[in-house]
Amino acid sequence: MATSMGGGTGAVTTTTTDEPTTGAAVDETSNVQKQGDSHGLEHDEHGTHPTNTGVSNEKVAMWAFLGSECLLFGALISTYLLYKGRSTSGPGPEDVYDIPYTSVSSFVLLMSSLTMVLALSAIQRGDIHRMRVWLLATATLGASFIGGQVYEFTEFYLEGVTLSSNLFGSTFFVLTGFHGVHVAIGILMLLSLYGVSMRGGLPKERSEVVELTGLYWHFVDVVWIVIFTVIYLIP
Amino acid sequence: MALTESRPLELTTGVDATEDQPLGAFTRPRGVTGWRSWLTTVDHKKIGIMYGATAMTFFAIGGLEALLIRTQLMQPNGQVLSEEAYNQAFTMHGTTMVFLVIMPMLAAFANYLIPIMIGARDVAFPRLNALSYWIFLMGAIVLYASFFLGGAPDGGWFGYVPNTSITFSPGRNIDFWIFGLQITGIASTVGAINLIVTCLNLRAPGMTLMRMPIFVWMSMIAQFLLLFAMPIITVALFLLMFDRQFGANFFNPQAGGDPVLWQHLFWLFGHPEVYILILPAMGIVSEILPVFSRKPLFGYPVMVFSGIAIGFMGWGVWAHHMFAVGLGPVAVSAFSISTMFIAVPTGVKIFNWIGTMWGGSLRLNTPALFAIGFIAMFTIGGLSGVTHSLSPHDRQQTDTYYVVAHFHYVLFGGSMFGLMGGFYYWWPKVFGYLLSDKLGKWNFWLWFVGFNLAFGPMHLLGLQGMPRRIYTYDESLGLTALNTLSTVGAFIIAIATALFLVNVVVSRRHRPATMAADPWDGRSLEWSIPSPTPHYNFLEVPVVHSVDDFWHRKYTEDEHGRLVKIPPMQAEAIAEARADEDHAADHGHGIHLPSQSFYPFVTSLGLPVIAFGMIYQAYVVAVIGAFILIGGLYAWTLEPSFEPPPPPDPLDDEHAQGDMALVGASNPAIAATETPALPAAGRSSAATDGQGA
Repeated sequence: MATSMGGGTGAVTTTTTDEPTTGAAVDETSNVQKQGDSHGLEHDEHGTHPTNTGVSNEKVAMWAFLGSECLLFGALISTYLLYKGRSTSGPGPEDVYDIPYTSVSSFVLLMSSLTMVLALSAIQRGDIHRMRVWLLATATLGASFIGGQVYEFTEFYLEGVTLSSNLFGSTFFVLTGFHGVHVAIGILMLLSLYGVSMRGGLPKERSEVVELTGLYWHFVDVVWIVIFTVIYLIP
Repeated sequence: MALTESRPLELTTGVDATEDQPLGAFTRPRGVTGWRSWLTTVDHKKIGIMYGATAMTFFAIGGLEALLIRTQLMQPNGQVLSEEAYNQAFTMHGTTMVFLVIMPMLAAFANYLIPIMIGARDVAFPRLNALSYWIFLMGAIVLYASFFLGGAPDGGWFGYVPNTSITFSPGRNIDFWIFGLQITGIASTVGAINLIVTCLNLRAPGMTLMRMPIFVWMSMIAQFLLLFAMPIITVALFLLMFDRQFGANFFNPQAGGDPVLWQHLFWLFGHPEVYILILPAMGIVSEILPVFSRKPLFGYPVMVFSGIAIGFMGWGVWAHHMFAVGLGPVAVSAFSISTMFIAVPTGVKIFNWIGTMWGGSLRLNTPALFAIGFIAMFTIGGLSGVTHSLSPHDRQQTDTYYVVAHFHYVLFGGSMFGLMGGFYYWWPKVFGYLLSDKLGKWNFWLWFVGFNLAFGPMHLLGLQGMPRRIYTYDESLGLTALNTLSTVGAFIIAIATALFLVNVVVSRRHRPATMAADPWDGRSLEWSIPSPTPHYNFLEVPVVHSVDDFWHRKYTEDEHGRLVKIPPMQAEAIAEARADEDHAADHGHGIHLPSQSFYPFVTSLGLPVIAFGMIYQAYVVAVIGAFILIGGLYAWTLEPSFEPPPPPDPLDDEHAQGDMALVGASNPAIAATETPALPAAGRSSAATDGQGA
């Protein structure tokens, strides 16, 4: 629950960016700028408001959130490692793992980071159309990964590995399940961005929203690299 | 809900396509008084007051639980509480005091004070701020609902497995504990992110990190600790939940699980938590002492770095809670040494406080008394803490009343004394009247005496071998006299706390018509603005030139190095010169406050629904809760954080200025979504007036 909430907070951080929407309402904007400038802090070219660190509030918040997430996954991965090989009954990992299959789905997830980067690059160039394409591509790749995970979970279940079957089952499902929930929340964020963009709410000036979603997405991918290595590759 | 309604659109061309329609299922709340203004507020000051009031309420409840415990233990073979009721009482007492009293009280201080101490007009994310308060309240409600739904949690505030596993605690008590804490944990994480960004990004021009008031520093460190500690207990609670509800095996020894893992996870959270509870209180004391000694804080940079050192080292000492578990000699030695080491930065702080008072012209008003009481009591608690670092000694003390005495000396003698001093110190800034010094001194001395009577004897009881968490003891053990003394002390504390509430009421009745902005001759920025703090905090965002900037606007040194007051005229001139420097000549007009919102409250409602669904294994209810949560978040995201001001009502012009006006645009914090393209008619009267003025 906290995780899904955590992800939700991420969604808030990214999609409620309190950035001024420049371009419109020249009067209002210039009024704002006059006061901002009076403190000797310069606006950047996008008209965002200056902060002490020079990094937007939303971005600092996202990094802080991801820092917190590191500890969440750190604790889960530690639990897995601590209990590795301590199950008192089978089936164990060697009985059920299909490493080539999971490698392919991991590759799919990692490729989604590439499409995420392409989406960000597109909006930064002002190419809204391509951004939408890449956002959808990222969401699709993420969904394929989730689909793969659902299939894998089902297979394992049929082979007798459940949450309560043994220690391996408990640690495996909770760790990969938490990661899966994070990916799912990421997909939700990507689709929300797509929806907002279709309604014209995501112009070039708000590219940071895409960047922040990307930060979350890459984080979830990087965590998967660690999880995949730790639970599948290390014997 | 809001999803289907139209919202201001902006085309990529920058062409204005705004539709000026209210968003969401609710009309945007605007009132600044009445219950609705509290429900929908995003003002860090109101949220701070709500945190404080809630924490005080739970302080009373937790205190009642303590009195029940002490009444039961006053005489041998006490009959007041049954075994089960006693377990519930001490569990809820501990859980309440840590999670529902000290943490929200610190959140109250941080919320109210950080923005006005760093020269900001609000926190970085005002609505998230409201969200964290409401989530915290929901967690507290879930935790306390257990009393009416079959019994409160009874596994201790640390919830050790296997005692809390489904085998030994088959009731729902522990489930309420799991979900209550899980929810308050979310609140803490959200709050921590918000306050960290606030401290890093919203400081007034010139306020470098090393010019931040020490309270802000200590709170920021505590928020970083929260940020990293909370996910660990989140994981621990999840593992326990999966064990209890879905038959997982994490803590099931028969399947190879290890109950010690729980202890590691819990204390890896729990020890940083201790510093989360004490660091901001240290910050409060470090604010009070310089003012009442009329000297700058001794060794400001050292104070900052010792706080950071505590923040880092706090992560390396957790296993000293587990010396009796059997970790092996290497681990025990390592954690013994690190525990001794962490006393060093703490000791540095104590010497710095003494150095601050040394040679100062002390005024012993109530806040100063509490601050000095803090130093004395915290030193005793700190020293008994160092005795725990000696593992052979610790083996003797584990699970005895000696431990209970120790942590009450640091948490009550430390945190609560600091917080109480903070209440007396900042009360005029928050509520516009001073608390009576006479009643305050009674409050202090009764607290001080009662506290030492209640917890001092526990050292001896512990050394005599009285174990914790037992609900009766036999007369032949010879523990009666000290236990009776301790109970008397507990009741004196209760009287003293009641006296504080009396003081609040009596002083309010005798409050002056106007309150001076700076009653204590303070040093930090919050004393430069009127009392009580206006909506917009700062009319002009100050420019900061040094630590204790406000003090240097009031005092200077003559040629002999003596302190002389800058004559008021001259002070005004300096203030004006500074105002020119700020170019903030618009006197706050045309500033916008972030708009109020229902959605933080609505969003938070989803969490208790999920929790009850999970506790009663009615997963449909949990799914409904999830939809409330997600729906609330979407409605929230689609609602701009700034609403265009309402069309000016000619009859209501002054009112509109007071309500809406002011604040924000010059603040990097909140000057955000200036909603584009207001229709000309809808432009705020405040803004137009401001330009005219």
